[in-house]
Amino acid sequence: MSLGDDRPLLSVRGLVKRYGPQVACLDVGFDLWPGEVLGVVGESGSGKTTVLDCLSGRVAADGGRVEYATAAGDVVDVRRLEEPRRRRLLRTEWGVVHQNPRDGLRMGVTAGANVGERLMALGARHYGGIRDAALSWLTQVEIAADRVDDLPETFSGGMQQRLQIARNLVTRPRLVLMDEPTGGLDVSVQARLLDLLRGLVADLGLSAIIVTHDLAVARLLAHRLLVMRAGEVVESGLTDQVLDDPQHPYSQLLVSSVLHP
Amino acid sequence: MSDPALEVSGLDKHFTLHVQGGARLPVLTGASLRVAPGECVVLSDPSGAGKSTLLRVVYGNYLAQGGKVLVRHRGAMVDMAQASPRLVLDVRRHTMGYVSQFLRVIPRVPALDVVAQPLRDRGQAPFEARARARALLERLLIPERLWTLSPVTFSGGEQQRINVARVFVADYPILLLDEPTASLDAASRLVVVDLIREARRRGVAILGTVHDAQVRGEVATRVRTLASAEAA
Amino acid sequence: MSAYNFAYLDEHTKRMIRRAILKAVAVPGYQVPFGSREMPLSYGWGTGGVQVTASVIGPGDVLKVIDQGADDTTNAVSIRKFFERTTGVPTTTRTDLATLIQSRHRIPETPLHAGQILVLQVPIPEPLRWPEPREAETRKMHALEEYGVMHVRLYEDITRHGRVAQTYEYPVLVNGRYLMRPSPIPKFDNPKLDMSPALLLFGAGREKRIYAVPPHTRVRSLDFEDHPFEVEHWDRPCALCGARGVFLDEIIVDDKGGRMFACSDTDYCARRQAEGAIGPNGA
Repeated sequence: MSLGDDRPLLSVRGLVKRYGPQVACLDVGFDLWPGEVLGVVGESGSGKTTVLDCLSGRVAADGGRVEYATAAGDVVDVRRLEEPRRRRLLRTEWGVVHQNPRDGLRMGVTAGANVGERLMALGARHYGGIRDAALSWLTQVEIAADRVDDLPETFSGGMQQRLQIARNLVTRPRLVLMDEPTGGLDVSVQARLLDLLRGLVADLGLSAIIVTHDLAVARLLAHRLLVMRAGEVVESGLTDQVLDDPQHPYSQLLVSSVLHP
Repeated sequence: MSDPALEVSGLDKHFTLHVQGGARLPVLTGASLRVAPGECVVLSDPSGAGKSTLLRVVYGNYLAQGGKVLVRHRGAMVDMAQASPRLVLDVRRHTMGYVSQFLRVIPRVPALDVVAQPLRDRGQAPFEARARARALLERLLIPERLWTLSPVTFSGGEQQRINVARVFVADYPILLLDEPTASLDAASRLVVVDLIREARRRGVAILGTVHDAQVRGEVATRVRTLASAEAA
Repeated sequence: MSAYNFAYLDEHTKRMIRRAILKAVAVPGYQVPFGSREMPLSYGWGTGGVQVTASVIGPGDVLKVIDQGADDTTNAVSIRKFFERTTGVPTTTRTDLATLIQSRHRIPETPLHAGQILVLQVPIPEPLRWPEPREAETRKMHALEEYGVMHVRLYEDITRHGRVAQTYEYPVLVNGRYLMRPSPIPKFDNPKLDMSPALLLFGAGREKRIYAVPPHTRVRSLDFEDHPFEVEHWDRPCALCGARGVFLDEIIVDDKGGRMFACSDTDYCARRQAEGAIGPNGA
């Protein structure tokens, strides 16, 4: 990450989502640069997951701009993109890692097919080549190569999550959206997954937006943080600064509430 | 003074503890100092005066409420107090190293990789980065059998030496050292003193806190307190 | 005197179905929804095929009806009788003499010629139904040409069985655009879909879809570069007429498990025999 990249990869302004009178997120804005990891922290109901859902298009936002600098070099407003192009974007330059790996995998199809699907969707037609790519990515996420023909149902939670990550990374996305990637996993499994994510982000130069309620995960993975409460961003800044010298009363409450074993 | 590498002027820092009813804790008021390349300025205030706070503000870890923290970065003066998070990270990566009073450990990363990390962040290949890290670990008298272990199980002194190694492995033009020799035995202290003096000779600008008077005498080119007026 | 309209359906219904057929012909391989009517046979017995045939048949036609290649099985006999009663149109077992052929599960061995219409009966029209159960999603996938998931299915077959195991209803790409399920014909018949001089119509009554492959349209069976599409082979000729390179049925001939292999296309076999061809088992 050099300051030669003078244009952000993603520029969000005024993102709004309402459910009737209820505001899920209001006036959310931030920039994300190549190679940067942004953590979005907050408790349940803070709107952090809504922000992610609005970005991925899983939910239609009510307002705001989401400008993305594509690999081709043009800047598109993702919210106003034609559906075929948006869907293609989500399958190539973006990745989405769901909290529950079952939401992001085809459970009835082998690990190899799960990883190879994006390639096949983009026109890959050589079985051997697809399988090799799948094997290579399984290795990258530390899944034993001999599991390539197994169904995800036979995998542990941590392995399913790593498989989901591999499935997304196979098209070398530039931006990955992650919703509580370690949620629901045992602590030791979480730790292993976090190490993997740290390594992949660094090695592949990924940009990522990681939603988490766990400040330890945020400190480990994110360069910058957004602290959200009741749908609004109450504080943002460098991760260590927000966690070590929180300014907003809510941020201070959040940080002071964390138990240290 | 020749063009300073680091210039703090009129720095105000207080904490507002909202969780404790909004209690206000002033720590720094109008703090000012300058450090030129090749200087080692050591703050000698008693504990609680805000020396560590100052270092953290300079590093961008704490936010200042007023004043400037100018740092020479890539040929230009950058105000850390106003810099965007991205700029702060770039300064930390290329210009400013910081030895804090404790090492934040990620439980599964081996000591060798902890020390090599700043070089990897600058894009250096693992092989070279680790080679340099090894050299430093040897110099700091960390036994080789510990290199593949995570520092989480190390003693305080060993962790402190990893902390020091991590900063001296890269060539930072500016160093912030917060009690770099605390909890070190005499032999290790000597090594750290040598590292600091070598850095000084290379033209590194160093700002630090050292409570041990002898060590202070060996490394400092100037000793002052937060309150004392900056010499012209 | 028959109380039914010509070919059973009222003229409005025929018009509606013809509109659907025209649309289907205009967009090869695209599934056109239509208002499937109650027919005097159950779902699963060819109501879609019968409605398509009833909408295109005219007094000048000659109709052939086959089921699994044979003119004399129950399904074929019933449907042929139905059209005899409701249209009075002449019927035949000869593929080369028919103008309109309704078929379940096979395409005749005798090559079709220009001017002929083949109507195929379809149970499930949607090729993406296995990987994607949601109708809303499959419609989007067709609209956006998102067919990668179909190759996932083939990939799985190769992984599990070393080759694509699908031997009937083998998915095809029509005119380079739409993914199509060619009705449960054996994959052996897939090549006959490609650049056929005849018009191929597909009707699914229960699922209420019609689709079409106009004459001289490219129809390609899906495959991988390193696992190309292959048809079935038999290591023996038809026991009755000696034909090779045709689809053979396996027929159990006695209680001891004795079996013979014979042409599934009864018309083709009978005519070869009439011309003097003899297979290992004789006539």
